[in-house]
Amino acid sequence: MTGFSTLLYKEVLRFWKVATQTITAPILTAMLYLLIFGHVLEEHVQVYPEVRYTSFLIPGLVMMSVLQNAFANSSSSLIQSKITGNLVFVLLPPLSHWELFGAYVLASAVRGLVVGAGVFIVTAWFAKLTFVAPWWIAIFALLGAGMLGTMGLIAGIWAEKFDQLAAFQNFIIMPSTFLSGVFYSIHSLPSFWQTVSRFNPFFYMIDGFRYGFFGQSDVNPLTSFAIVTVFFLLLAAFAIRLLKSGYKLRH
Amino acid sequence: MAAALQIVDVKKRYKSLQALGGVTLTVEQGEFFGLLGPNGAGKTTLISIVAGLARADAGSVAIHGYDVVRDYREARKHLGVVPQELVFDPFFTVRESLRMQSGYFGLKNNDAWIDEVMANLDLTSKADTNMRALSGGMKRRVLVAQALVHKPPVIVLDEPTAGVDVELRQTLWKFISRLNREGHTIVLTTHYLEEAQALCNRIAMLKSGNVVALDSTSALIKRISGSQLVVRLSQGKLPDVLKPLVSHPDELLAGNKYTLRINDYTEVEPILATLRQAGVVIDDMQLHQADLEDVFIQIMEGEK
Repeated sequence: MTGFSTLLYKEVLRFWKVATQTITAPILTAMLYLLIFGHVLEEHVQVYPEVRYTSFLIPGLVMMSVLQNAFANSSSSLIQSKITGNLVFVLLPPLSHWELFGAYVLASAVRGLVVGAGVFIVTAWFAKLTFVAPWWIAIFALLGAGMLGTMGLIAGIWAEKFDQLAAFQNFIIMPSTFLSGVFYSIHSLPSFWQTVSRFNPFFYMIDGFRYGFFGQSDVNPLTSFAIVTVFFLLLAAFAIRLLKSGYKLRH
Repeated sequence: MAAALQIVDVKKRYKSLQALGGVTLTVEQGEFFGLLGPNGAGKTTLISIVAGLARADAGSVAIHGYDVVRDYREARKHLGVVPQELVFDPFFTVRESLRMQSGYFGLKNNDAWIDEVMANLDLTSKADTNMRALSGGMKRRVLVAQALVHKPPVIVLDEPTAGVDVELRQTLWKFISRLNREGHTIVLTTHYLEEAQALCNRIAMLKSGNVVALDSTSALIKRISGSQLVVRLSQGKLPDVLKPLVSHPDELLAGNKYTLRINDYTEVEPILATLRQAGVVIDDMQLHQADLEDVFIQIMEGEK
């Protein structure tokens, strides 16, 4: 247990020591999104009845921040350790693949949730929010953070150079987040893109998360929960398998 | 009593390169063991396999009887490795790095030992300094300390003194020798052969992924090469009867300095008598005891 808790502590301390970059900066970015998109679209877009656009946007931005930062944490930690060579400090001790998985993913989830909470605190002043189903808010935030922490772990294991990781982030994570309904409801899309969106697991995370606030969503939250859970378990199984085999970590 | 390190027929191939071609060797508990070889001989690959940083294609490695793949947890608890590369985590101070390394090995409240290791490696004044701010030599000390936080019974040092100053070498060898006297097994790779000769009781030489010599240090030195008598002549030529003793054939063409192979010092007087009888005048004379470097060169050249 000590091995796991030490690695978890180290991973949290790592991002905490550079909090300006890992926490403050993404909170500022999310706030800029809110100010710009909220200002431009407030009078033009109404997604759900009785929910103003700025209110609709806030949960989306919170969840987007949770997801992007959870991914950034495990992926950047791993690629930095691989490239600088200090991953040996983690590979030499008797840490099991379960401990490695648990510590990296949990630390990523902590960063995602801390940034998400920060984004919520600074944006909640700009609109009226309701909390119809707080449990769904918590469940989807945790699942989303865990899933993206796991994806970051996989990307960090796979990538050998920073640009490979950047490609993963720019061509998979960013489009999946932006096209998941952070800024809109998929019902406002043409039917083809609505269908495409339903293959995007990020869509279910944001939709279920938003349901917790407004009690309204594009998909039943139970369905979203089931889909996100299955997807998370598949990714976790894959990541644990990679760690156990030593793929790209132990030659 | 299980061997400190039992390596059986370990093979490893990287694409077209056969890094290890079936290495077998045993290091007993309490030994100070040297693993020598030129660059690319497979020393680091072998250490990586022992440490679990690489997987062997065939063969097995056990540390204190624990297989490094099947019982990796126990095996790694018994092993401390000082890597060759100067790696560090730029986010943390020296003390934080050492505490974390302890934690990874399952040790809480290890500060007393951490303080002792730091004191022995002259790191105490740098305990709260960030790793980034340390000089290369200091970073090397921290790497050694990190390998020792869990008091491993087997300590592997992969070229720990490459590019470090005399002071650190002395500090390091004093501490490592103390640990060896206290019962820790030490496995050392180095390019400084005088260091290996002074410290190691037994030595394996590796070339192109194979063990080409494995013996006690003294037996290796005795077995391969005797002593040498170096004479410089100011008058006359080397008598024909002595020519077969010349170790470097070039010297026969070059001039007046000759390096003669002898098995022991009793052979010196007959050689001098032969020179006197031939009317040769000796300008300078030196006796040179063969050392590990001579052995190393002979073995490596013999394997070509």
